[in-house]
Amino acid sequence: MADAVLPARMPATAPLGVRREGRLIRNVRAVWMVWIRDLIRLKRTPTRIVTGIAQPLLFLFVLGAGLEHLIGSQRAGGVNYQQYLFPGILAMSVLTSALFSSIAIVWDREFGFMREMLVAPVSRSSLVLGKALGGGSVAVVQGIILVIAAPLVGVDVTVGSFFAMLGFLLLLAFALVGFGIVIASRMQRMESFQMVMALVLQPMIFLSGAIFPLVALPQWLGVVTRLNPATYGIDAIRRVLLPHIAPLTILSWTVPLWADALITFAFGALMLALAVRLFATAE
Amino acid sequence: MRSAGVEVEGLVKRFGSFAAVDDVSFAVEPGELFGFLGPNGAGKTTTISILCTLVELTEGTARVAGFDVVHDRSAVRESIGLVFQEVTLDDYLTGAENLRFHAVLYGVPPSEVKDRCRPLLDMVGLTERADQQVRFYSGGMKRRLEIARGLLHEPRVLFLDEPTIGLDPQTRKHIWDYVDTLRAREDTTMFLTTHYMDEAERCDRIAIIDHGQIVAIDTPDALKASIGSDTVTVATSDDAAAAQALAKGFDLAVETTEDGVRFRVPDGEGFVPQMFEHLALGVRSVNVRRPSLDDVFMEYTGHDLRDADAGIADQFKNNAMVRGFRRS
Repeated sequence: MADAVLPARMPATAPLGVRREGRLIRNVRAVWMVWIRDLIRLKRTPTRIVTGIAQPLLFLFVLGAGLEHLIGSQRAGGVNYQQYLFPGILAMSVLTSALFSSIAIVWDREFGFMREMLVAPVSRSSLVLGKALGGGSVAVVQGIILVIAAPLVGVDVTVGSFFAMLGFLLLLAFALVGFGIVIASRMQRMESFQMVMALVLQPMIFLSGAIFPLVALPQWLGVVTRLNPATYGIDAIRRVLLPHIAPLTILSWTVPLWADALITFAFGALMLALAVRLFATAE
Repeated sequence: MRSAGVEVEGLVKRFGSFAAVDDVSFAVEPGELFGFLGPNGAGKTTTISILCTLVELTEGTARVAGFDVVHDRSAVRESIGLVFQEVTLDDYLTGAENLRFHAVLYGVPPSEVKDRCRPLLDMVGLTERADQQVRFYSGGMKRRLEIARGLLHEPRVLFLDEPTIGLDPQTRKHIWDYVDTLRAREDTTMFLTTHYMDEAERCDRIAIIDHGQIVAIDTPDALKASIGSDTVTVATSDDAAAAQALAKGFDLAVETTEDGVRFRVPDGEGFVPQMFEHLALGVRSVNVRRPSLDDVFMEYTGHDLRDADAGIADQFKNNAMVRGFRRS
């Protein structure tokens, strides 16, 4: 056979007219390009940011204020309800927008752009990583905008706690974008994607401690909350912003911050690895 | 010493028990313009998707630009360009941004992106609209941008899946001029599917696929010669009677159409005088036509080349207009 004696890549078959970047550089730039594309799209659809921020603010100032009055006397960890709610709302906003950012993948498939990406000579990991960075940064930008509301509900944000919070927001966003891409890779149609997302998102928020302390739940639900990956990210963000709040416990073990970070990261890494696998067969 | 543009050997693709592609073998020479024709659902798109590494094959081997589509996907992807039937652009990016996205994914160095985009945008007449978002483009503009994008990285093998469908004759001519230039300069192999006869005529060779199998493969001239008969259409004062007379008198398989009675004979021009002697009816018009690729297509698949198309009215209109100009 002729190919046995010839090198795998004969110069004659290399492109003649175009100088090409090496494989590594090309992949790095592909990650960047997929990411930038998401940001450009966000810039051109500003309503997405507005709706992404309006809902959490509604929760914080309407639901929060209303329930504050109702449960005003029962204070957990020396904070009132709105203060308690604030980190939860922050996390909820990041979680929602990160999870839903993967709708762009379903969208791309419906409108054919997915094909343009899948036939490109770049690895699936680069595409998924670019998507994760795109979805993650959109989510985190929303989170940062929401921090402006902190003084209005009496949460003091210091430089230190801001950056610690930012770190955890990034981690949470990254994990949830990965989860979102996994779901999106399996969805052929927009309608089913939205239904599945609603089905996933609500229990994930209710059972994460974002809106009320988990101690209030019956024991069997307590188990579910500890299995919910979002619980750990939310616990970390709350502890960073409200230093005196009671930390998350599993049985009698107080979960340290680093464990919160590790569990969130591990979940995210697992999801992204899975996303890369599923993405390859997405067409 | 070069590998063939495309080599396909015993290719099979099954979806469940249905074989969309059923033992297909062919080879496309480097630099060849290869037409791949077939009715919708015949296995064209599946074959192209396999060659572009989008769909996995069930059996057989396929090599594109010398690289195996199963074992060397990445090298295949580097070597090919695609212009799909359906739009695969990002509506919220501008035309220029869509090109840049493509250039980056295909490893065109950043410093060269602008220089490469300019002549292509010129070619498809989108220079002035380059900074506008694609969602404000018309259907034709989107196709033109897509074609520019497929050529951007100057691929070794270019897959054109009905690339000019719905475009006006002027743009089609521009695009084909550019494609010809590219072929002459870079020796690019072209793999084309089309429902336009004039585009099929341009091909060096044509393969016709039907029910997942190649039913004919040869140069356009040889294919036309293989049918070996002319089509005669005669309109008379009484077509039904004429049809009967011709069928009986000459033992012909006749067909009555809107234009008159149609039949095939080996030598159409020689047949017409005999027909006049025989027919006692008033003949209004006679048309003798050499076999066209349409006839070839009809012969092998039982479909009309154009009818196999989506059949949108204005595409027919375009088609009729375009048939006016051929490669000189």
